Amino acid sequence: MIQKETVTVKSSKTVALNTTELILQNEYLSQSANPGQFIHVYIDGFMLRRPISIADVNKKEQTITILFKQSGKGTEKIASYQPGNMIDVLGPCGNGFPLESTDDKILLIGGGIGVPPLYYFGKKMSETGKEIISILGFQSKKDLFYEQEFQQLGTTYIVTNDGTYGDKGFVTSLFNKLENYDSYYACGPIPMLKAVKKELPNKVGYLSIEERMGCGIGACFACVIPTTDQTGYKKICKDGPVFSAQEVLL
Amino acid sequence: MTSLAVHLPGLPLKNPIMPASGCFGFGREFSQFYDLSKLGAVIMKAATGEARYGNQTPRVAETSAGMLNAIGLQNPGVESIIQTEVPFLANYNTSIIANIAGSTISEYKMVAEKFNQTKDVHALEVNISCPNVKEGGIQFGTDPVMAAKVTEAVKEVSNLPVYVKLSPNVTDITSMASAVASAGADGLSMVNTLTGMKINLSKRKPLLANKTGGLSGPAIKPVALRMINEVKQQVNLPIIGMGGIASAEDVLEFLIAGADAVAVGTANFQNPFICSEIIDQLPVILEQYGYSSIQEVIGKGARI
Repeated sequence: MIQKETVTVKSSKTVALNTTELILQNEYLSQSANPGQFIHVYIDGFMLRRPISIADVNKKEQTITILFKQSGKGTEKIASYQPGNMIDVLGPCGNGFPLESTDDKILLIGGGIGVPPLYYFGKKMSETGKEIISILGFQSKKDLFYEQEFQQLGTTYIVTNDGTYGDKGFVTSLFNKLENYDSYYACGPIPMLKAVKKELPNKVGYLSIEERMGCGIGACFACVIPTTDQTGYKKICKDGPVFSAQEVLL
Repeated sequence: MTSLAVHLPGLPLKNPIMPASGCFGFGREFSQFYDLSKLGAVIMKAATGEARYGNQTPRVAETSAGMLNAIGLQNPGVESIIQTEVPFLANYNTSIIANIAGSTISEYKMVAEKFNQTKDVHALEVNISCPNVKEGGIQFGTDPVMAAKVTEAVKEVSNLPVYVKLSPNVTDITSMASAVASAGADGLSMVNTLTGMKINLSKRKPLLANKTGGLSGPAIKPVALRMINEVKQQVNLPIIGMGGIASAEDVLEFLIAGADAVAVGTANFQNPFICSEIIDQLPVILEQYGYSSIQEVIGKGARI
């Protein structure tokens, strides 16, 4: 259930170029959030909240972790928050990744700031004994984060668009290198998700989709996506942000 | 405690606060936060004859003290709303106002007729001011003759009180108000959003897929107050006022300017509890400014 909660900033760290990791203290969110869900962050002086996905949860410490890129004045302000600052958030919002899969070997595909939600999901899946393979794509070496964290979950391939780190190219460039896996879970920019869906038409896959949001709770119809049968639509904030790749039309 | 009750045609309201159309869906999402029975009324999201998908995304953009939206009247169609959404809202002890829209006068008529047959809808709000659809909507809202025709058509098929929602995208709002008053409107709802645009610098084009959108939020509050007061001087109809309301003080401003009740829109996105909080705060603010009842405030807008 979504609640309006006050979170306290426990730590703030720059993890890559213009990319901030905030660890936030909050009992309710830490106990209730599932991988792939997001929080809708209020910023004093701004009209709209900012949806930011949950990158990790520590139930014992009662914290959640968010990672975001500074891409405007709103996210710049969130990045300026210091330990002890309090933030008003709605959460946990949306439906996350499916947790009931019986697959043995799964592929995580993250692009840029789409990488964070896959971390908590991968961690949860790893705990259930699944084998995790990750492909993480970034524009450049300076944008790279969480390489070691993903390596702890399993084999991790890094690809950069400019070739400054790992393989040069896109996440899809590495698909031919991979051994058999049962299903994939992807989050990143829409062109990446489109390419992934096109390259892996016969795999069971799930996509986490980003869109400009209004209310974040399903009331305003700002963030919608057509369904594959073209007879309807889904609300990204409420029905998603994670959808089966077969379900939605990108 | 100060009574907040106000009476509008067809709408005995326990308080003058209602969420604005399009900012509250059909209430389901907000019902997880507070009891909707607390609201004076709920204005549902616009209903059209058939289901509409709406515009491409992005559909929203933040602006200074406001936001632009270009949803494009997405809704499941009047039949589905009557079957699934109205019964849900009817569980609450609040009035239900159905916002109706269409591309043609006959579509407005058809939608009005259908709501008129349900027992749980208490009033109609005729949306002649949606700036985000190619046909209908604002075309009817910027031409007094067309506005009067839509109003007459809806009145013809409906026993429910009819509130016509005016667009601020006109040179003379009083001529629009007079036209719909002469055509038989029972009340006015004002104002809808102001058409605007935002440019995405890196893409060198408008940020919204629809290019333009409706500006709402505190940015438009002064415009709404001015228009409500102008209309109140010349047209003798009750007004549901809206445009950037985010606090009980804002509500009082609207009531003093000439509104008889108010709708809260964009602020619901920032704070889903806003309507409930304003209802709690309103008696305190009334008292702070020397009013012993809400009746003392309303109905005097023409003389300020």
